[in-house]
Amino acid sequence: MSNNQKAISSGNSVKGFLSKVVHNQLFIPIAALLLLVVFNAFADILLHSDTSFFKIVLEPSSTGNMVLSGNLITIIDNASELALLAIGMTLVTSASGGQDISVGATIAIAGSTILRIVKGYSSDISDGKFAGVIICAFLLAIVVSALFGAFNGALVAYFKIQPMVATLILFTAGRSIAAWINNNDNISINDSRFGYFGNFIPGIPVPTPVFITVICLIVIALVLKFTNLRLYSQAVGINASSSRLNGINPKTIKLLSFIILGICVAVCGFIKVSRTSSITYAVIANNIEMDAILAVALGGNNLGGGKFNMTASVLGAYVIQFLTTTLFRMKVSSSAISAYKAIVVILLIIMSSPFIRKWLADMKNKRLAAKAEARVGKENA
Amino acid sequence: MTESVVLEMRGICKYFPGVRALENVDFTLREGEIHALMGENGAGKSTLIKVLTGVYPKDGGEIKLAGQPVHIKSPQDAQNEGIATVYQEITLCPNLTVAENMYIGRTRGAFTNWKRMNADADSILEELGIPARAKDQLGNCSIAVQQMVAIARAVDMDCKVLILDEPTSSLDEQEVQKLFKLMRDLKEKGVGIIFVTHFLEQVYEVCDRITVLRDGALVGEYIIEDLPRVQLVSKMLGKDFDDMAEIKSDSDAEKVDYNGTPVYQAINLTGTTGIKPFNFEIHKGEVNGFTGLLGSGRSESVRAIFGADRVAGGKVMINGEKVKINKPLDAMKHGISYLPEDRKNDGIVGDLSVRDNIILALQVMKGFFRPFTKAQAEAFADEYIELLNIKTASADTPIKSLSGGNQQKVILARWLLADPVYLILDEPTRGIDVGTKVEIQKLVLKLAAEGKSVTFISSEIDEMIRTCSRLVVMRDGKVVGELKGDDLNQNKIMATIAGGES
Repeated sequence: MSNNQKAISSGNSVKGFLSKVVHNQLFIPIAALLLLVVFNAFADILLHSDTSFFKIVLEPSSTGNMVLSGNLITIIDNASELALLAIGMTLVTSASGGQDISVGATIAIAGSTILRIVKGYSSDISDGKFAGVIICAFLLAIVVSALFGAFNGALVAYFKIQPMVATLILFTAGRSIAAWINNNDNISINDSRFGYFGNFIPGIPVPTPVFITVICLIVIALVLKFTNLRLYSQAVGINASSSRLNGINPKTIKLLSFIILGICVAVCGFIKVSRTSSITYAVIANNIEMDAILAVALGGNNLGGGKFNMTASVLGAYVIQFLTTTLFRMKVSSSAISAYKAIVVILLIIMSSPFIRKWLADMKNKRLAAKAEARVGKENA
Repeated sequence: MTESVVLEMRGICKYFPGVRALENVDFTLREGEIHALMGENGAGKSTLIKVLTGVYPKDGGEIKLAGQPVHIKSPQDAQNEGIATVYQEITLCPNLTVAENMYIGRTRGAFTNWKRMNADADSILEELGIPARAKDQLGNCSIAVQQMVAIARAVDMDCKVLILDEPTSSLDEQEVQKLFKLMRDLKEKGVGIIFVTHFLEQVYEVCDRITVLRDGALVGEYIIEDLPRVQLVSKMLGKDFDDMAEIKSDSDAEKVDYNGTPVYQAINLTGTTGIKPFNFEIHKGEVNGFTGLLGSGRSESVRAIFGADRVAGGKVMINGEKVKINKPLDAMKHGISYLPEDRKNDGIVGDLSVRDNIILALQVMKGFFRPFTKAQAEAFADEYIELLNIKTASADTPIKSLSGGNQQKVILARWLLADPVYLILDEPTRGIDVGTKVEIQKLVLKLAAEGKSVTFISSEIDEMIRTCSRLVVMRDGKVVGELKGDDLNQNKIMATIAGGES
């Protein structure tokens, strides 16, 4: 047995290293990112464009700040909401084996909640007071959004409703609730300080959403390192009955995953309304749930629950934004972008599908069998 | 040797990442014979069956049916070629009815005559004496009945080759006899039967021929009269084997102090799963057993002790102190461990690594906010992989790719790591090979000698007699007797299980 295992695992080490890289879950999203980089580099050369896709410049913004601008900055900035949602969506997927399709609608609710608080204050209050208002509004949005998450989670965990069906309720009702919070008024905040969180803080050349995302990523990394969230969600997602007999409460874990997603949604809602200092209930974060689910899938995570790789999901979010920006650069009209995106996504998903992986493994086993036959042939001769 | 050959497999190879599952294995099945396929865990029995039935594509070799080479690419192909299979684990759909399960995938055309299907199913069930109705939902039937429905389905498919992969592991003695009668009838009709089992007695009761595998390679094919039991076991293990006899020699039940405070005591413990309130106690260093026919409530009783199902009433004392056990975590915190009967659904967490499966229970007891470091987890896993001799490519291997016996060892490791004072093992030896069975029984006695209390449940009364010093006998959800000392013998146990005066 051991001899045979050695025979199988040997072979040259470069090949071994390559296969390790290819089988890593991060391979697909990283390869996709590299592919997009290479594609844009070629496009630079072929189109003889005078400004490179990758060029980053420091230039004054509309408000007179010196800020960084360029495609890469746009990508990192615009992918923020998606990356945040990918965090929560990955946990929900892992623990419940399903997805939350109400995140777009809940973003509208969170955003609307924030505007409801902030709109009451005139723009001549002091910075300190304004910060207090923002913090209150933000915390309230987190509470509201976490409650809606808990609502979804309770339906899934306690009433055993399939996640997509359970979240369909808020998917349908969420934007109406958002409008109701502000009496369906069109609100826009005139205080320029409100826009700092979705755009730039004066004197800092990097978009604020990037900082917010980095902070959230650090927080979730710490949570995953210093708690058993990963082990528990995976165990519950793979075998709830067995998890229960090991002392885990599967219902609590499922509920928790939806609440965490709710908090991610609140942060997204805050960034979204800050970007424009206003809200359009029917349009804000439209279809973002599909992109969030896609990010999880692009990360090679099983949408049926169980094992997950958070880094891969977050990278998946950046791949989606990179792709969108690349298509804009190729002058694809915004109405056609979805179709192009779909083609690329299909390719990526097929590449990472179990079918292709199994096919590759089978090819390898066939070779081994041929070798074994040859060996026996030699022994017999 | 003049019988005609129905199935011939030559030079079969199959590899999994890092593991040689099968290499150059030959297998021949003749018309009208019952052929046992024997081997330890991971010897390749199940893999060979899965290659034959098209579940796994083979990586080399050829398969001939009645002399004609065939290419079996899917279970559907196998079915069409007349190969019917009943797997070890139930592979039917619990959410469909019995009749639907029997006919799924083999109805002709686009339309189904439901009425006729149900009538046909009912008549087959009746003929085979299976206590189920066509319109029952399969998931509501007991595991034994589900298994028999799977067999009924296979039998009805007019097959040339019938594969029974551990069909008896969840059946009780009567049901086994029913199955054997069925097998002999089919043999008369010329069906070739491949019988995979770990029960040696059963092999010698019904089989004509034995093929032995070891570590993915063929050891040999023997006519049953030419291969005495001891030799069979030594061929399977690849070494001489006299462990069976020595198991109990070094243990003696006398050491247990029955007058002291029990480690665990239940008074009028009432479950919600159809068992009557019962009293039970276990002392330090004692091994006791629950026995009874399938469905007698022995598993339900220990589940109630562990809080696995909702407990409706009663009093529980641990070391003389009253405690409340409402859920598994309560029991775990009081030093009770429980290895469940249904390994696949209640035991393993399939996609997680062997390491995560080992540390799971202890980690949960330690708490959500206090994860083990990677180094700690690795140390635990390595320690127990070595201690229990778990055969796995590495600690990172997903547990589901291990053989049944090794999966069971991982679950055992999980609960040993939790360092319980009272360990409940519900059918720990079910569906695993002789070598591991002996290892587990020895381990149980060693744990008891170290002062742990163990409840050991097994369908094989032999095992219970060898391991336990006291047996609680159950019938119809009720404790009907308690046997110890000289009463612990096959006849007395049988009589108590059966009931009446004896």
